[in-house]
Amino acid sequence: MIFFLSGIVIIALSGLPGLFMSSRDDRGQAFAEILALLGTITTFIGLLLCTTNAGETVLRAGWNIPGGELLIRIDAISLIFLLPFLLVFAMSVIFGKDYWPQTQHPENSRKLRLFHGLIAAAIALVLTAQNGILFLLSWEIMALASYFLITTEDDLEATRRAGFIYLVATHTGTLALFALFALLDLSCGSFSLPAAGTLPAGAVTTAIFLLALFGFGLKAGIMPLHIWLPGAHAAAPSHISALLSGIMIKTGIYGLVRITSLFATIPLWWGWVLIVLGVITGIFGVAYALAQHDLKRLLAYHSVENIGIIALGLGLALLGRSAGLPELAMLGLAGALLHVVNHALFKSLLFLSAGAVIHATGTREIDQMGGLIRSQPWTAALFLGGAVAICGLPPFNGFISEWFIYQGSFRALIDQRLSLSLAILVAPVLALIGGLALACFVKVFGIVFLGAPRTPAAANGHDATRLMRAAMLILLAACLSIGLLPWLFAPMLKDAALAWAPISGGEAISASMTSLIWIGILGTALILFSGLLSWWLHRRSCLADAQQPTWGCGYLWPTARMQYTASSFADALVKLFRFGLWSSEHGGRTIGLFPPRTDFSSHTPDSVLDRLLLPLFRVLAIAATWLRTWLQNGVTSLYLLYVVLTLIALLIISGR
Amino acid sequence: MLLQLLLHLLIVLLFPPLLLGVITRTKALFAGRKGPPLLQPYYDLHRLWQKGFVISRTTTWVFRAGPIVGLIVPLLAALLIPFGAIPAPFSFNGDLILFVYLFALARFFTASSALDTGSSFEGMGAAREVTFACLVEPTLLFALIVLVRLSGGFSLNDLLGKHLVTSWQSAGASLLLLVIALFVVLLVENCRIPFDDPNTHLELTMIHEVMVLDHSGPAFAMILYGASLKLLVLGALLVRLILPWDSGNPGVDAVVFMAGMLFIAVAIGVVESVMARLQMVRIPQLLIGTTMISIFALVLVLR
Repeated sequence: MIFFLSGIVIIALSGLPGLFMSSRDDRGQAFAEILALLGTITTFIGLLLCTTNAGETVLRAGWNIPGGELLIRIDAISLIFLLPFLLVFAMSVIFGKDYWPQTQHPENSRKLRLFHGLIAAAIALVLTAQNGILFLLSWEIMALASYFLITTEDDLEATRRAGFIYLVATHTGTLALFALFALLDLSCGSFSLPAAGTLPAGAVTTAIFLLALFGFGLKAGIMPLHIWLPGAHAAAPSHISALLSGIMIKTGIYGLVRITSLFATIPLWWGWVLIVLGVITGIFGVAYALAQHDLKRLLAYHSVENIGIIALGLGLALLGRSAGLPELAMLGLAGALLHVVNHALFKSLLFLSAGAVIHATGTREIDQMGGLIRSQPWTAALFLGGAVAICGLPPFNGFISEWFIYQGSFRALIDQRLSLSLAILVAPVLALIGGLALACFVKVFGIVFLGAPRTPAAANGHDATRLMRAAMLILLAACLSIGLLPWLFAPMLKDAALAWAPISGGEAISASMTSLIWIGILGTALILFSGLLSWWLHRRSCLADAQQPTWGCGYLWPTARMQYTASSFADALVKLFRFGLWSSEHGGRTIGLFPPRTDFSSHTPDSVLDRLLLPLFRVLAIAATWLRTWLQNGVTSLYLLYVVLTLIALLIISGR
Repeated sequence: MLLQLLLHLLIVLLFPPLLLGVITRTKALFAGRKGPPLLQPYYDLHRLWQKGFVISRTTTWVFRAGPIVGLIVPLLAALLIPFGAIPAPFSFNGDLILFVYLFALARFFTASSALDTGSSFEGMGAAREVTFACLVEPTLLFALIVLVRLSGGFSLNDLLGKHLVTSWQSAGASLLLLVIALFVVLLVENCRIPFDDPNTHLELTMIHEVMVLDHSGPAFAMILYGASLKLLVLGALLVRLILPWDSGNPGVDAVVFMAGMLFIAVAIGVVESVMARLQMVRIPQLLIGTTMISIFALVLVLR
C-alpha cells in the first residue's frame, strides 16, 4: 500500500516543480514527465504487491472528518480499472512529450502538466476509495482538473464553451452523488461503503440506484446525458482526450458497478433500465458518429457508443442476479468489465493517432485530408489497428468482450421465462452497432488515410515522431495481446465478477476458457496466413507497372476533390437514421440545364444539447433575468420587507 | 473422423468454383443459350493466376490487403461450419459469433481496399456495401438465435446438429421463415440479383463488383475464389436446414451435401433469370422486411 500511495503522491505533484521553472525551455517538462512515469511505475509495483499479499490491499486510518474512517481498498474490481488506467496514463505522458512540447506551447503547457498529474492521482483515488467522503473529494478534484485540461487552449471561444458545458454537467452529476452518499450513510450508518451484497432492500434502495444512474451516467456519457462529451473531447489536446475518453468516463461505469455490487437483492427492472439505455446509447452514439466530419467529435461519439455496449453487459449482469442465473450475471459482467479495459486501450490509441494526424495537417476536418498513408505510414497502420479493434472484429480485443456479452445473452435465451429470454434482443442490437461502427471506421480510415490528398496540407504532412509511435505501438500491442491470448485475462475477470456478486457461477467464465483458446488459435492463424499470403503477393506484384492511374471508367481527368467524402460515404445510413439525427443541409440544389456554381454543406448538431437543452436554458436565463430585475430593484425598504417576510415564513415552518 | 475431416477440406478447397459454373449455366439455359462449360470458373482462376498485375499509382498496401483477407476469412469460416452431416473441424461454444464477425472483418478490408484507389466509383460501392451489411447482420444473427433456442447449444455444430429433424416437426413454421430469411442473406452477401449484379461492371447500381474494379491478376483470382467460398459457406447453413438428415456414412453425407449446394446454385440461377435488379432505394426496405421475417421466426419459438 505504501508503494501505491507514494506513487499517487508522486504523480499528483509531478507538474508542480515545472511551475517554478522557465516557460521557454523544456527542463520543467522533462522533470514532470520523469516524475509522472516514476509515479506510474511505483503505483504499478504497489498493485503487483497487492496481488501477492492480501495485507497490502487495505489502508485504514482514522481522520478528523465525521462519518467513518479513511479507507482505501484495492479489490479485483478496482484492479480491472487501475491496470489500463496506468498504461494509458503512461502512454499519454510519453506521447505528450513531442505532441505538446513546452517550447511550442509556452503559454499553457505548464498548466496542462500540473492538471495532467492531478487528474491521474484523483482517478486512482476514485477507483480505490471505500469511504464516501474521500470518494467525493477525489471525484471533485478529478472533475475540476479535467475542466482545466479541457480548457487548455482557453484562448479559443469553442474551447471555453465546451469547458463550461462540461463544468455544468459534471457538477449536476456531483450533486446527485452528494445525495447518493447521504442516502447510503442513512441506510448503513457510515460513510464507509458496506461489503458487496450486504445492503438490504429498503425504502431508499430505488432512490440510491436512480441517483447513481444519473450521477455516474452523466460522467460516463449514457444517452441522453452525454451532452458534454463530444465538445469536451474535441476541445482537449489529443493525448488528454485519450485519457479522458479512455479512462475518466470509465469512472462513471466504475461507480455504477461499485454501487450495484452493494445490494443484497436487485429488482428485475434495474437490469432492463440499463439494457434499454444501453441500446439507445449504443445505436444513437454510433449514428451520431457516422454523421460527423470532425475527426475528434467522431471519436468522442464512439466513446458514447462503447459506453452503450458496456451498459448492455452490465444490464445483462443485473438481470442475471435478480433472476438467479449466475452464469448470465458472470458472463455479462465479464463482458462489460473487459470492454472497459478494451475501450480504454483502443480508444486512447485512436485519439493518439488522431492527434498525430491533426499535428501533421493542422485541421480536424476529415474532408480536408486524404492519402495520409503516404506521408504517415506508421500512424496509418496504427490507426487501422485501433479501427479494427473498436469495430469488435477478430483478432483484436474488442471482439473478445463483445463475445462475452453475446454468450451472456444466449444464456438468457435458453431460459424458459419469456421476460428473460427477451434479453436476447441485446445480440442483434450488438450486431447492428457493430455493423454501423464498421461503416464509420471504414469511412474514417478510407477518407483520412487512403485515396489521393484533398489539400496541400494533407499531401505534405509528416509522420509521428519515434516517441509518439512507441506510445501508440505499445497500446496496439496491448490490444492485440488481449485479442490473441484472451484466456490469460479470464481469471482476472472471474475474480472481479465474483467480487461484484458473491454468488456461485464463476464456472461460466472458467468454462469459456476452451472457447477463448480456440479464438486465440484461429486469430493467430488468421494473422499468420494473411502475413504469408501478403508476402507472396508482394513478391509477385513488385514487378508490376505501378504508374497506371486508377481507372476512371473512361473519364480522363479526375481530381482529388471528386473522391467520395465523409458526408457522401455516410449519407445512406444517416438518411436511415434521420428520425433521430435531424441533420441539416444547406444548398446543393441545381437549377436549370446549365446550373451555375453552387455550394453544399451538411451538419448534424447534437439533438439533446443543441435542440433541447440550450434553447430551454436560454428561456430560463431570460426568465431569471426578468425575475431578478423585478426582485432586486434597489429600493431598500423592499429589501427589509423581504427580510420580514422570510422571518415570518421561518416562524410558521418551525412553529408547526 | 479423419475421413470426415478429409472430405470437409476437399469440399472447401475444390468444390466452390463449380457453384459459380452451375449458376452461369442455369442462367444461360433460361436465356436459351448454351452457356460456358461448367468448369469455366476453374479455367478463369487458372488464367488469372498466371497473369501479371496492373496497379494504380494511388494505391498502397491496403489495396492488396483486401483480396488477402477476403480469401483467408471464408477459408477459416469454412472450418467452423458443418457441411451437411459432416461436422465442422473446429467447434467450440460461441463459434457462431466468430463466424459472423469474420465476415465483417473481410468486409472492412474489402471496402478499405476499394477506397484506396481514390476513385469515386469505388467509394460508392464501398459505401453501399457497408450500408447494406448493417441491415443484413441482424438478420443473420436472428436466424442463429432461433437455432440456439431450438437446439440449446452454443456452437455451430450443435445449432445445425441432430435436433433439426425434430425441430422441423415442433417448430416447422419458424424454420421455414428462417430458410426464406437465410436465402435472402445468401443473395445479398454474395452480390446476386435482385440486390446486386455480378456480371455488369459499368452500372451505377452495383455494389460488390464496383469495389473490385481495379484488381487484376492473382489478386482478382483470390477475390473470385473467396467469393465462391463465401457462397459455399453461407449456403451450407441453408443446405443443412433443408436437408437435416444424417446417413451415418460420411461419403453419402458429402454427396447429399454437394447435391444440396448444387440445388441452391440452380435456385440462385433461376432467381437471377426471372427477376430484375431492384432499384437502389428499394433494397434497404426489402432487407428490413427480411429482418422482420426473422424476428417473426424468433417470436414463434419464444412464445
